[in-house]
Amino acid sequence: MASTTLPGPSPRAASARRPWRSLGAQIALLPMAITVLFVYVGTLLWSMRISVSSSKVFPRDDFIGLTQYQRLFETERWNISLNHLVIFGVLFIGACLILGFLLAVFLDQRVRGEDVLRTIFLYPYAMSFVATGLVWQWMLNPQLGIQATVRAMGFPDFKFDWIVDQNMVLYTIVIAAVWQASGLVMAVLLAGLRGVDESLWHAARIDGVPRWRYYASIVMPQLAPAFGTSFVLLSVGVVKVFDVVVAMTQGGPGDASEVPAKFIYDYLFNRANIGLASAASTVMLLTVLALLLPWWYARALQAKKEAKR
Amino acid sequence: MNQFKVIAAAAALALSAGAHAQKAEVIHWWTSGGESAAVKELAAAYTKAGGTWVDNAVAGADNARAAINSRVAGGNPPTAAQFNTSQQYHDLISEGLLNDVDAVAAKEGWDKILPKPVIDAIKIKGHYYAVPVNIHNPTWFWYSKAALEKAGVKGEPKTIDEFFAALDKLKAAGLVPLALGGQAWQEWITFYAVLLHVGGTDTYMKFFKDHDPAVVNTPNFKKAMTTLKRLHDYVDAGSPGRNWNDATAMVITGKAGFQIMGDWAKGEFNNAKQTAGKEYGCFAGFGANAPYMVAGDVFVFPKTSDKTAVGAQQKLAAVFTAPDTQVAFNAKKGSIPIRTDVDTSKMDICSQAGVAAMKTASRQVANPDALMPPDMVGAVTDIVSKFWNSNQSVDDASKALAGALKQK
Repeated sequence: MASTTLPGPSPRAASARRPWRSLGAQIALLPMAITVLFVYVGTLLWSMRISVSSSKVFPRDDFIGLTQYQRLFETERWNISLNHLVIFGVLFIGACLILGFLLAVFLDQRVRGEDVLRTIFLYPYAMSFVATGLVWQWMLNPQLGIQATVRAMGFPDFKFDWIVDQNMVLYTIVIAAVWQASGLVMAVLLAGLRGVDESLWHAARIDGVPRWRYYASIVMPQLAPAFGTSFVLLSVGVVKVFDVVVAMTQGGPGDASEVPAKFIYDYLFNRANIGLASAASTVMLLTVLALLLPWWYARALQAKKEAKR
Repeated sequence: MNQFKVIAAAAALALSAGAHAQKAEVIHWWTSGGESAAVKELAAAYTKAGGTWVDNAVAGADNARAAINSRVAGGNPPTAAQFNTSQQYHDLISEGLLNDVDAVAAKEGWDKILPKPVIDAIKIKGHYYAVPVNIHNPTWFWYSKAALEKAGVKGEPKTIDEFFAALDKLKAAGLVPLALGGQAWQEWITFYAVLLHVGGTDTYMKFFKDHDPAVVNTPNFKKAMTTLKRLHDYVDAGSPGRNWNDATAMVITGKAGFQIMGDWAKGEFNNAKQTAGKEYGCFAGFGANAPYMVAGDVFVFPKTSDKTAVGAQQKLAAVFTAPDTQVAFNAKKGSIPIRTDVDTSKMDICSQAGVAAMKTASRQVANPDALMPPDMVGAVTDIVSKFWNSNQSVDDASKALAGALKQK
């Protein structure tokens, strides 16, 4: 019996049609491609060009080498900002992932009113960072907020003045940011949890595996992609953290809660030195690339390994 | 019917002529109650002279300046734009983006009637590029008479030591000795007030005008920094982040004794229906010959070749500096007029003291913004704010300041 072949386009006709189809797709992608090329890449290159000039308010055409970068790393405020970014990043991402995971597991237990609870937990993410920062500032103000309330309730020695304390103010920013973003992590991880096969839990119960062990050893490895997504979303928020700092502390007592984005903004607009601001932006870009490129390379290697198998 | 058409045509003609009558779009940052009332005086004077004032208020001085720079760079400049008496617009001048006002300056004789620090800020390379509208002093000392009485302080302090003695008495009486809002710009004002009044005019000028890094090692400078550190003990714990007018409110209600703030604070006292000399007092420095800092606001005119716009700019310049406008505007703003030939008898005693101080040219001192470019001001402000808020030693802070002065 001759093998049946489905009637379909002959190979030549198919390849003749393929460029037509892909042409339509290419035209549709053209605006995005132009935007990426000229707006993202173009302005990126322009910023790097400005960072090696002596531009103040307006761009200048001269070339002064790495003087702006030298000045940048001699500025104490910049070095402290980078320091704060690392501390904030580690604490924020860690706390969000842990809290988000716990909330997702809690909601996964098929509790009553799950929809309402899910909305409540996700709602903070719908608020602007500025509103969040402002309200947290009032709550943490020693004269107006939590410290005053607890003292009025009859504990005259209660102290919670982190927001005016040089050493602790960064942690108040972490608190406000974690409150805002853990709902998002919860939503992403909950979606991942719902994709885990229910029968795995039944099998684990038969084997007498305790609940927490089930989540730790069986579920979490399956959630790796969801964790990856959350990590990327949170990291983007870390690198550009600006509005919560401005709303809560304006950089904190002195420079105790300064962040790089605020440094760049100040020098770009108020202090009229776009050369220095561009140098700072370029440093941030190179830092992010330095962290991402090895990770991409590792993933590409792993994909190649999987394809070979 | 025909008559109606004629009237309609005439009205349309008149309206269109009025619409073209020197429309001026003015960007400024005067958005608080008192400031709004003051800028309305300028608008009224311009309208009376036959122009049309298009107001463009941007809240926040930094935002307004950013908006102005963007509009000028983008080729859509306003007719007039506000800046401080400073170096903020020097870049605009060097790029050739401002029209000069030499004609108005020559006609009104600015060389003769304006104080030298103001002329230095607005006359660049022999041409006038900005119109000054007022003179503010950012380093006034305000005090609550009730608070000082309660603490047993007799009379205004005439020296820095008497000032500290008064602060000690206020502390002992359970009041807040010095009301300060813990924001960078207010700490900045406190720094240069102490540098000027404790370190002396020479040290101040070496630091701000000459940008001489060696000045941080001189004994006068070290004395000023130590005094600044000492002042921190007299500020209450709720200070960080406080707004300047909330600090003034502490003085108004008698909870605090002193505040170091510019004469725009008078608006707050006026709103609280207090009178200078009755419920509150003021002094501009220690002693009869204390230096008087000259700051203020100016308007610049972005370059345009449009004849109507240039005419509007010239008219604005003339109206802003006219004696009547000066008196009306400055009465509402809390500052003193730029002209010395106007009637100041109706002003409060603090303004009159300011006018009297300005009569002695040797007492006039330019403000830091007029002597340093904006990014150096920013860098020094960061260091001062860190010194004020942390345990940093005088030596470390001085070294950091010297480093900031070395930058171009």
